[in-house]
Amino acid sequence: MGLFDRHAGLLEAYRDVRTTGYDPFQIQMERVLSPTEAIINGRKTLLVGTNNYFGLTFDQSCMDAAIEAIRSEGTGTTGSRIANGSYTEHVLLEQEVAEFYGKKHCMVFTTGYQVNLGVISTLAGEGDHLLIDADSHASIYDACKMTQAEVVRFKHNEPASLEARLRRLGDRPGNRVVVLEGIYSMLGDSAPLREFIDVCKKYGAYVIVDEAHSLGALGETGRGLCESTGVIDDCHFIVGTFSKTLGAIGGYCVSDDPDFDILRVTVRSYMFTASLPPSIVASVRQALKVVKARPELRTQLWANVATLYEGLAAKGFKLGPEHGPVVGVHLPDPMVAIGFWRAMLDAGIYVNVAVPPATPNGVSLLRCSVCAVHTKEQLEHMIEVMAGIGRQLGVLGDRTLRVVGGAR
Amino acid sequence: MESVLRTAHQMIVETDGMTDTLELPRVSGQSRGEVIREICHHLAPFQSGERPITGDTVIAKDLTIDSLAIMDMVMELEDHFDISIPMNVVAEIHTVDQLADTIQKLCARR
Ligand SMILES: Cc1ncc(COP(=O)(O)O)c(C=O)c1O
Repeated sequence: MGLFDRHAGLLEAYRDVRTTGYDPFQIQMERVLSPTEAIINGRKTLLVGTNNYFGLTFDQSCMDAAIEAIRSEGTGTTGSRIANGSYTEHVLLEQEVAEFYGKKHCMVFTTGYQVNLGVISTLAGEGDHLLIDADSHASIYDACKMTQAEVVRFKHNEPASLEARLRRLGDRPGNRVVVLEGIYSMLGDSAPLREFIDVCKKYGAYVIVDEAHSLGALGETGRGLCESTGVIDDCHFIVGTFSKTLGAIGGYCVSDDPDFDILRVTVRSYMFTASLPPSIVASVRQALKVVKARPELRTQLWANVATLYEGLAAKGFKLGPEHGPVVGVHLPDPMVAIGFWRAMLDAGIYVNVAVPPATPNGVSLLRCSVCAVHTKEQLEHMIEVMAGIGRQLGVLGDRTLRVVGGAR
Repeated sequence: MESVLRTAHQMIVETDGMTDTLELPRVSGQSRGEVIREICHHLAPFQSGERPITGDTVIAKDLTIDSLAIMDMVMELEDHFDISIPMNVVAEIHTVDQLADTIQKLCARR
């Protein structure tokens, strides 16, 4: 048997995708111009699929901080924190993230993926019970493959489904660890966190909340869904990433647990990989300051979300269930999704395409992520382009066609 | 390790985790027929061609169902029978019969 034979089905699907034109999974940004524009295939393209929620990748103060750090401390740490030691800035960043959440402890990782992989698989061990939302991110699923705990999935965003599974455990020994996300990355919907927390309290379960897509976007001060729902103190572990709103790379885990630091010598994805380089640590520290100092970015983000979501809904597109920095547009099948995606790229707009098995319930999606610094004109242009393609591809139904026709 | 479990209607012989169900149809109110019927109900949309779904059907191979849809089906079965089937157990299940065995076993422990 050839090494790739077991992937035959996927190879075939991938070949189908590529024969339709560009490969959506290997897009080359020839030159990135700003948080919202890049040159792709030789043309200036509007970026609406980069998770760059606050547009901080080109923030002058963040860039300056990174450049200054390179000059004073070099380009990399060349090893892990346990082997090569921590730079003062790693420690300061951890203090600042902990303070931001009002938690006692913080560990910073090299990516958010590694946070979930390592922390979840370490916290839930042999004899424990790990309960995850069915729509969890790949990093959470991968943690499930590494843990010795028994893993059970519950229905997406359904506290009653979690409760049934906790109840069925009865008085079996072992910790119960529940993993939730603030905003889900495919459809932009957020968890009913308060209801979930109530269930977890009732059954004495520990809660890990991943705020990857909600950091900055939700809460009075941008701490995420845990803040907007008022349950920070009930979340035993909050994790997240520096790779989206903070415009860099890296991940974090905060907690009040007095024994938290034991994770530094037990979590392998922290111990056996190089730590964040000084420039990244510096830009993330600065980005966190920007998030605190400029709440108007959050206001702008949500105004842009409303523009895009309501605009697309008015055209007749089927969208994710609620406003969110991710706007998922449902399409009937993978080939239509890929064709639609390519037509948008031809029209100078970049979004993500998401097809099974990477999507929940086998749906095919265009995944748009909104940026605080998108202009209203950019988004309105995008809505018109999508409506045009939608009509050409027969995705927008008759009723909408008539409404649009009548308006002309 | 060998354990023998008897109920009025059914005897399950467990040897090293392998389960053999001997003819008898009922465990804790869940007859084999009911369990199989429920499984087939969920698998029917994924039937490929004319081939009927039987106990020997290899779920991931003989049907047009992907791994995520299998996990979603398991979630439905869990709620129907009020049991939980951990993901690592699901990973070891290949055929409809094996899935039915697991469900009956978990129902019996309920
Ligand atoms: C919910 C969730 N968790 C974790 C991650 C991983 O983050 P990172 O890009 O820092 O590895 C992502 C992003 O891909 C995500 O969407």
